[in-house]
Amino acid sequence: MSEPEGASAERETPKRGGGSTARDALAIGAATGVFGVSFGVLAVAAGLSVGMTCASSLLVFTGASQFAAVGVIGAGGSPVAAVAGGLLLAARNTAYGLALAPLVRGGPLRRLLGAQLVIDESTAMATAREDPDDARRAFWLTGLAVFTLWNLGTLIGALAGGALGDPEALGLDAAFPAAFLALLAPQLRRAGAGPAALAGALLAVALVPFAPPGLPILAAALGVIPGVVLAAKRRRAEH
Amino acid sequence: MLAGGAYVLKAVGLLATGGREPSPRVSALLALLPVPLLAALVAVQTFSSEKELVLDARAAALAVAGVGVLFRAPFLVVMLAGAGTAAGLRALG
Repeated sequence: MSEPEGASAERETPKRGGGSTARDALAIGAATGVFGVSFGVLAVAAGLSVGMTCASSLLVFTGASQFAAVGVIGAGGSPVAAVAGGLLLAARNTAYGLALAPLVRGGPLRRLLGAQLVIDESTAMATAREDPDDARRAFWLTGLAVFTLWNLGTLIGALAGGALGDPEALGLDAAFPAAFLALLAPQLRRAGAGPAALAGALLAVALVPFAPPGLPILAAALGVIPGVVLAAKRRRAEH
Repeated sequence: MLAGGAYVLKAVGLLATGGREPSPRVSALLALLPVPLLAALVAVQTFSSEKELVLDARAAALAVAGVGVLFRAPFLVVMLAGAGTAAGLRALG
């Protein structure tokens, strides 16, 4: 951190500078970029053309959905199954959009472009910031960094094929839960957030063995119910 | 088809409220939505492999990341510590 000494060291929630937001956005973008490379490799191996593979990253731009759809196609499954599985994984973006709507303002074009950037990473980075301007900047910077590097990675992977290394050997799959935990932590101070997070995580883990991929995380949205109920109860107790 | 559907799913959430300001109670509920979803994402990305629940290098990586968060380590440090832990454990074993 390049903050002047003692500038904001004692503050509970230091206001993050644009520089650190840009750097964090690039870091998350770089990690997704490496997975973009493996997506490119897998998609071409599953029989998609280079053009189709790149179009998927540009247009679908929801990593989990793309991996799932390519997995179904690679295993000889039907296109309908591929689309249905992919959409189930993408459905949580609707919930993210509901929460981000107050931040992504502006003309229709701006909002329609912003919609494509509503993903796990941009949501986590934006919601981790309390100041609305910081949050807005974090949304756009993260969305654009991930979009650029995910697509660049996809192109490289689609062209290079299997000649490239394994992102799991670099531990990059573990970088994502670590990053999301770091972004979730400051939000847990909000009323009801702790119970909501706990309920969501437990419900999702409990559903993993039984539900199709995507549904466990989507169902975790129900975690807002204990969160809101407990927050209201505490408010009443205080009054 | 997947592209169109995935885009619609994103746009619907963002544009659902139109220009209207929902009631404070609804706003609070919507603002809280990403919290359980991100918590679930962390849990599923750490403890599952396909449809199986597993305890592997990712759990250790999350624990290290959690310690970093407790000590208010910068975001980048937490993320790299998570990746480094998993990479190190896999290289060893």
